Amino acid sequence: MLTLDGVEMRWGDWRLSADLTVPGGARVALIGPSGAGKSTLLAAIAGFQDPDAGRITWNGEDLAGMAPAQRPVAIIFQDNNLFPHLTAAENVGLGLRPDLKLDAAGRAKVEEALARVGLDGLGQRKPGQLSGGQAARVALARALLRHKPIMLLDEPFGALGPALRAEMLALVAELANETGATLIFVSHEPDDARAIADQVILVAEGRAESPVPTDEIFANPPAALSQYLGSS
Amino acid sequence: MARGRRQLTAAAWTGAAALALVLAVTLGTLATVALRAEFASGLGPADWAAVRFTLLQAVVSATLSVALGIPVARALARRRFAGRGLLITLLGAPFILPVIVAALGLIAVFGRNGIVSQALLWAGLEPVSIYGVQGVILAHVFFNLPLATRLILQGWLAIPGERFRLAASLGFGPGDIARTLERPMLRQVVPGAFLVILLLCLTSFAVALALGGGPRATTVELAIYQAFRYDFDLGKAALLALVQVLIAGSAALVALRLTLPAGLGGGLDRTIRRWDAAHPLLRLQDGLLIALAALFLILPLVMIAVNGLPALASLPASVFTATLRSLAVALISAFATIALALPLSAWIVQRRARIVELFGTLTIAASPLVIGTGLFILLFPIVDPAALALPVTALVNAVMALPFALRALVPALTAIEADYGPLADSLGMTGRARLRRLWLPRLRRPLGFATGLAAALSMGDLGVIAMFADPEGGTLPLALYRLMGAYRMDAAAGAALILLASSLALFWIFDRGGRLDADA
Repeated sequence: MLTLDGVEMRWGDWRLSADLTVPGGARVALIGPSGAGKSTLLAAIAGFQDPDAGRITWNGEDLAGMAPAQRPVAIIFQDNNLFPHLTAAENVGLGLRPDLKLDAAGRAKVEEALARVGLDGLGQRKPGQLSGGQAARVALARALLRHKPIMLLDEPFGALGPALRAEMLALVAELANETGATLIFVSHEPDDARAIADQVILVAEGRAESPVPTDEIFANPPAALSQYLGSS
Repeated sequence: MARGRRQLTAAAWTGAAALALVLAVTLGTLATVALRAEFASGLGPADWAAVRFTLLQAVVSATLSVALGIPVARALARRRFAGRGLLITLLGAPFILPVIVAALGLIAVFGRNGIVSQALLWAGLEPVSIYGVQGVILAHVFFNLPLATRLILQGWLAIPGERFRLAASLGFGPGDIARTLERPMLRQVVPGAFLVILLLCLTSFAVALALGGGPRATTVELAIYQAFRYDFDLGKAALLALVQVLIAGSAALVALRLTLPAGLGGGLDRTIRRWDAAHPLLRLQDGLLIALAALFLILPLVMIAVNGLPALASLPASVFTATLRSLAVALISAFATIALALPLSAWIVQRRARIVELFGTLTIAASPLVIGTGLFILLFPIVDPAALALPVTALVNAVMALPFALRALVPALTAIEADYGPLADSLGMTGRARLRRLWLPRLRRPLGFATGLAAALSMGDLGVIAMFADPEGGTLPLALYRLMGAYRMDAAAGAALILLASSLALFWIFDRGGRLDADA
């Protein structure tokens, strides 16, 4: 269970407050206008930006002071998810050991993870030789290997076409099901949320609301959401 | 996201240690010099003459370089011709060209037996002499006209092309363009270029050593060397070193108020289409300017090759041992530069410290001879300084090359951390893992460039080594200087060719090595 307890983020006049709980194993979409603070919220959970007030806890344990890599979190960013000078297998291997000193068992796990995301035999390619969809799969394979109970996606598939994006989200949902990880992802597309999220957090007007079941929030959207969606 | 947590603690500690070492070498030697200086005797008339000459030649050299650089840069900015890119690359070459080699090349062109004098004799006129005031200024213009041209060309190319198109659509002539577009740009660019060149001329030593001397053409740097070498008067040398610090330091303080231009950047291969400059007379003028500038730059180098090639077969063995010594010093110095620059860059990037510009300016103002005097005073009571000539030279060269290495590494590392820092943080890549798996692979190009630059600069340096080395134990530039002093001009030309080739090869190999197999 991930709890944001009185969390406040500020940047000059800009502010975002969050007071909410995400149950373990949930699949949550963060939706809201750009600039509202969706990515900032992920950065706070992942440990890249400290909240100006409040606490973030996972199953009761305060995450404050924990470095990003120590947190129970695997994150996939909007871009720069792969090191271009390392092969796909090395990029995945970093999820096991940051110094890449892998034994035979480790290398087997890397192969397994690559196979799981459908990249059999492509481990020796560098990111420049992979398509956008394949590169996203490499990032997913690494997140899978890290065995973290929370998976954060900061709109990593935004640059992919609609069909490919849907395919990747379906894969993400599958992987989250298999591992039981709690999934929190940022999206601009309500369709993405409808496809794989069971709950939605609306981030708008300086607040991140408590999660609401997906069908409920789209059936009866609050004012801020209808404004964002452009439906009246 | 910009305020992210960073885990570079180990790197930061090494960076602080590197900074401490650099400060010890620069400020520590300065303090030593200040303590050792003998003020009682004061400055004699010859010393005041050196102060006056130092200032005079620097102002004249910088003024000439900039005044000639403006029309040459304008010609390069508005003309397209075959070989333009090559010429602009060549304008960067004096930077890694050993000073003593250039001096020899200039002697071959402008000396008493040089091409120009021969032509004058043939025409029934008096030959010219390169030694003295005019030689020092000529050599400084040779080195700094290309720099001035590059800096000012950058300014020209920074004017948006749309402005020239607008000017053309309004029917502007060359005069209108100069008034509305070019002069405002020059007012911004020229002071910085002038100050950089002034600083370089105030602190240059080898030019005065090779072409100056005597009561009318001795700089303060040369006077330090002479007090040291001929009179072995450490108190006097230290006092002159303080004077030198005062002169260069005040110029540097003025320069700090401006952001000094770097002049090593790329992107100069663009041209601006100029509708106003199509007049045949203007084309002729630009063509002549470019041809003269190219000739001035290339001819001395060609003479080195022409005179040096036949001499290669009969070079004294001492030249080859000196070459090996120089290569060793250059390689050690280059790796020391990187060993200092890498942790310092990490420290600067992590702290977002803005000391790079400060460093750059201060080390341009710092003088190897002042550092050398300080180190000599420190080492003399303990060991025979000649025994440490090569290590001290390597260390001082490494410190002098540091600002250029930082200028290459810090922006690159800043970009790497901005792009991949969060990913590395999220994966727990710290310390050695981050260095080996992220920084080194992605810094290959700037590392190769900086290593090559540092190696070439050290290979050609004639500064501290002249103070420390005994007659047998010098580097190649020193051996070359001694051959020139003994009027063995053939052997000198051969040694100069080897030195030139080694400097260029060192730069080329490392720079190229950094570009090979680089991933996008």
